[in-house]
Amino acid sequence: MSWLDIGALNDIPQRGARLVKTVHGCVAVFRTGDDQVFAIDDRCPHKGGPLSEGIVHGHSVTCPLHNWVFSLETGMAQGADEGAVATYPARVEGGRILLDAKRLIRGAAA
Amino acid sequence: MRKRLVIIGAGMASGRVIEHLLAQDPDGWDITLFNAEPRGNYNRIMLSPVLSGEKTYQDIVTHDDDFYTQHNITCRFGEAVVRIDRVKKVVYSNEGGAPYDKLLIATGSAPFIIPVPGHELPGVITYRDMADTQAMIDASAKPGAKAVVIGGGLLGLEAAAGLKARGMEVAVIHLMGYLMERQLDPAAGYLLQKDLEARGITVHCKGATKAILGTDRVEAVLLDDGTVYGADQVCMAVGIRPETRIATDAALEIGRGITVNDQMVTSDPDILAVGECVEHNAQLFGLVAPFYDQAKVVAATLLGNDAAFQPVQTATKLKVTGVDLFSAGDFADSEGREDIVFRDPARGVYKRLVIEEDRLIGAVMYGDTADGSWFFGLIKDGTNISDMRDTLIFGPAYQGGTQADPLAAVAALPLDAEICGCNGICKGTIVSAIEGGAASLADIKAQTKASASCGTCTGLVEQVLASTLGDAFKMPAAQPMCGCTELTHEDVPRLIKARELKSMPAVMQELGWKTSCGCHVCRPALNFYLLADWPEDYTDDAQSRFVNERNHANIQKDGTYSVVPRMWGGMTNPRELRAIADAADKYDIPAVKVTGGQRIDLLGVQKEHLPHIWADLNAAGLVSGHAYSKGLRTVKTCVGTDFCRFGTQDSTGLGIKLEKRLWGSWTPHKVKLAVSGCPRNCAESTCKDVGIICVDSGYEIGVGGAAGMDLKETERLAKVATEQEAIDLTVAFVQLYREHAKYLDRPYKWLAKVGLEWVQAQVVEDLDNRAALIKRFDLSQTIYQRDPWADRATPQAQADFAPLADLTREAAE
Repeated sequence: MSWLDIGALNDIPQRGARLVKTVHGCVAVFRTGDDQVFAIDDRCPHKGGPLSEGIVHGHSVTCPLHNWVFSLETGMAQGADEGAVATYPARVEGGRILLDAKRLIRGAAA
Repeated sequence: MRKRLVIIGAGMASGRVIEHLLAQDPDGWDITLFNAEPRGNYNRIMLSPVLSGEKTYQDIVTHDDDFYTQHNITCRFGEAVVRIDRVKKVVYSNEGGAPYDKLLIATGSAPFIIPVPGHELPGVITYRDMADTQAMIDASAKPGAKAVVIGGGLLGLEAAAGLKARGMEVAVIHLMGYLMERQLDPAAGYLLQKDLEARGITVHCKGATKAILGTDRVEAVLLDDGTVYGADQVCMAVGIRPETRIATDAALEIGRGITVNDQMVTSDPDILAVGECVEHNAQLFGLVAPFYDQAKVVAATLLGNDAAFQPVQTATKLKVTGVDLFSAGDFADSEGREDIVFRDPARGVYKRLVIEEDRLIGAVMYGDTADGSWFFGLIKDGTNISDMRDTLIFGPAYQGGTQADPLAAVAALPLDAEICGCNGICKGTIVSAIEGGAASLADIKAQTKASASCGTCTGLVEQVLASTLGDAFKMPAAQPMCGCTELTHEDVPRLIKARELKSMPAVMQELGWKTSCGCHVCRPALNFYLLADWPEDYTDDAQSRFVNERNHANIQKDGTYSVVPRMWGGMTNPRELRAIADAADKYDIPAVKVTGGQRIDLLGVQKEHLPHIWADLNAAGLVSGHAYSKGLRTVKTCVGTDFCRFGTQDSTGLGIKLEKRLWGSWTPHKVKLAVSGCPRNCAESTCKDVGIICVDSGYEIGVGGAAGMDLKETERLAKVATEQEAIDLTVAFVQLYREHAKYLDRPYKWLAKVGLEWVQAQVVEDLDNRAALIKRFDLSQTIYQRDPWADRATPQAQADFAPLADLTREAAE
């Protein structure tokens, strides 16, 4: 892993998200109510909804377009829906958000 | 060699015979089924929900074409049988004969028609089958249509409630002194009448029909006392008599119905009869439970097994949504009988038990019928009640030291206690289905038919499931807000007010939320309830808002946004238009559209451009139009007296005043207003949440209109003389809606629950309350009436709306 500092934890509101642009598309970086961070692809596999704009609850996010719910930990759709979004290693150190640069640059397919 | 069975009549009784026969001897019979109606078997007792629109015909079909095909049943639907030749053993319709080894007559009954003048006019029908139901549905399609129902018994009242639900003006004419006199006593009849009148149904007891008036078609009903009720449709529901003509012609033994013995066999050993057409021990039957018992006996007799029909007591319920009544047994006053009566006028509850020689012989309940089946069991079993007489009226929860728990009462029921009256299913049958693996209401319906007919026993079946399965079955309570709580949208705001809960964590902690921080369903609702109740103490939570409200723009399907500046009352000017055009150029807006609410929509804006375009529009004096909010959207107007030759008041000016007063307030759902300058209504005020129509003498204020998923015309809240009163009433109405409606209910849905009269009492009649509502609204506005664009068109917001990092220039290895 090669950890890349992409910003401060406080750049993201609690239960909110911000985007990181990559050549493969946008990755949504979430900060949950308990100050953990998760990074997943920003596109809902259903109709491409921007997951970064969804309501965050627990360690899940609800897509703003049609209410599919995804686990931020596994990227799996919850409940009756099927599908998943790619997840990326993310952690917080000293108030900074670190993502795995190699994974981000290679994209989800790798 | 298969035996030939011919059945005349495809009703609920014969349908059940076929099921028993196929279940026990699938290959023994060639079945031919005649039916005068051009269709097969459906659940006739569910015609009322079809009439009221709660179900469709498809929902109540019990045997479809596939069923008949699959079981090789020859269907001769639409063919009335004209003759039975008992010597040759052939049944004839006009289209030909059908030979039989055994014949089953299930012709049901025919409704009485009172032979008053005019009874043959088109528009006079009975309430018997799908065609009658359809005729009533069709009649209700005409706006303002009126119906008269003759007969205030079970069937007539279900018809009346259904027609009312379809929007007709309904009057019920009943010959006797109170409604449902065969099942109720005067006190319960009074409560029922009050309930129906509260729904807007006119009830005329002691009314004798003298004539039905009309020339080409029914127009009115005239009573003996001279009263006239206008009518586009007359429904006669005054009683039925067994349909015996075909049996009479065949010289079978007939009393009031076709005479049958305990084996359901008529005076001809090869002919059986079942259902409403039969007479057994000088008794006729009209409810479905005994027919299902008869059907079992018919099948057994056909198969050569021993069985005997024994009529049992039946209980009555009225299938009108929201009306709870129950009656069973005999409750006429008589020597040696005693009454126990319980009344709770505030709740509209009335219970009466009739006791004779320490045994319960009759029960009438209105308003709270939860204990009905327990009382019914005591009546059927002839239980000696002397030990529990003091507490009998309070039901099973108070007997034998058990807890006041409805589950305990059901658990205490013996296995032969009847749960489903329609299908004669006792508790034991349900329990053995559960022991065989049934785990849900659907399983029980499929395997035992319990609660599969009229459905009023659904709650009891669920209690049997709960008491048998224990923790493995979760009782469905009133619909909770979401999966995070068992509490409903009614409970939560009440508890927020009562316990003064002023933050989301306080709500979740005190009310026992099951999740750590709620979900996308409850969080927006809680955010609204909290800010509406405690505008001074609560801090709005952006992360609990749907994306549109968080980003102050509407998200579109491709993730771009649409931006709508406010145009007060639909007015604009060249300077604003120029600013909008400049913004459209500058931010490369792909589409510019005029909305239905007289505003301009800029579609296809990138998220990161939002704070910038807001800043530009703000600079030209434009503010957010809240086209995305659960709050005031637009006030649509016409040009009023300024330019229009018909305009009676300054409708544009009033629209602008209302919009300036109301904008920025948060409401349970979006709120749209309109002001029209005259009854020509160019602003379409009659389908808005609040619509004002200016007339020469003042302002007509309508509320509860809708033009979205549902179409609804506004109802008149009040008519006032001055513009100030129109504004006051509108503000008070919106505040009442904010304080009482469930989150995501538009005003029309909320109005349907609380009733226009209650709202009028609060905001029109009670002037102190009106003033208090306005005061609370204005207090909230001191905090929430802020332009979110101005708040967020800052460098900080511009940074927040941009990506956190851009790695697109990092090269792949």
